[in-house]
Amino acid sequence: MGAVVLFLAAFLASAVEGVEALTIVLAVGVTRGWRSTMLGVASATGALVLVVAALGPALTQVPIDGLRLVVGGLLLVFGLQWLRKAILRAAGVKAVHDEDAIYREEVEQARAVTAAAGTDWYAFTVAFKGVFLEGLEVVFVVLTFGTSQHHVLLAAAGAGAAVVVVLAAGLAVHRPLSRVPENSMKFCVGVMLTTFGVFWGAEGAGVRWPHGDAFIPGILVFVLALALGLVGAARQVAGRPAASVPA
Amino acid sequence: MSQASSGLRRRTVAFARFWYDFVVGDDWTIALGVVVALTVAHLLADNGVSAWFVLPLMVTVGLSASVLRATHRAR
Repeated sequence: MGAVVLFLAAFLASAVEGVEALTIVLAVGVTRGWRSTMLGVASATGALVLVVAALGPALTQVPIDGLRLVVGGLLLVFGLQWLRKAILRAAGVKAVHDEDAIYREEVEQARAVTAAAGTDWYAFTVAFKGVFLEGLEVVFVVLTFGTSQHHVLLAAAGAGAAVVVVLAAGLAVHRPLSRVPENSMKFCVGVMLTTFGVFWGAEGAGVRWPHGDAFIPGILVFVLALALGLVGAARQVAGRPAASVPA
Repeated sequence: MSQASSGLRRRTVAFARFWYDFVVGDDWTIALGVVVALTVAHLLADNGVSAWFVLPLMVTVGLSASVLRATHRAR
């Protein structure tokens, strides 16, 4: 593998992981607020730096499948719960403002048991998991590509360039995203968390997806179609008039 | 029971309830379905079966059942 190819390979592989993390961070940040989300991102980045500093090249021995299983399983549970509520709201079965009341109650409970009052632990945890897992995969990419070609610094430069490009893309799209109606955005977040939860959870359980990461858009389309179909079915069962958009 | 131990008990219950609500949420059958599906996928993959369909199948069945159950209850 030549230097240019090594740089490009590290760049592209890291960009794929970066976009996955960015999707989750944007989704959670726009719907739950940026403070706790960015706290999760910063904590995950700090944890990554600590892990890399402590383990170095021994990181390739970390059981990534075990991590994917736990992170994927939790994301899938979170995503399905979120999607379930979004479907019920879109179908008119659940009042839109129920969610606000539940959220306030959750924050109150969190305040009762933690010192860091006001932190949205849901946003923090989802952002932390997404960034930590994807960040760890970027580190793996750098170490495996770099050590096999005896050029870890070049692979790290490729990964670093990918992170910068993905961050710039995130900064460019976060404002337009915040103008999307709240319920529609929550519906999309549920679809995305469920998609990544299915993908990572299955990988962690030892499943190999046909075409690897390229299968993710297929899962996303499937989950979206299922969710839209369930909005229609729930409206019919509840006897609500049909509407075109789950807002 | 002293006031201190009663306070500790209340905080422990609140802590446990927070984490249950946080992880499991409104419908415990979804969390159980995810655990069962991951276990089945792992067992199948371990035995050389291409088990990529297990989680999408669980999502379809689990989410549909949960949404329709909640809809019937709300009628």
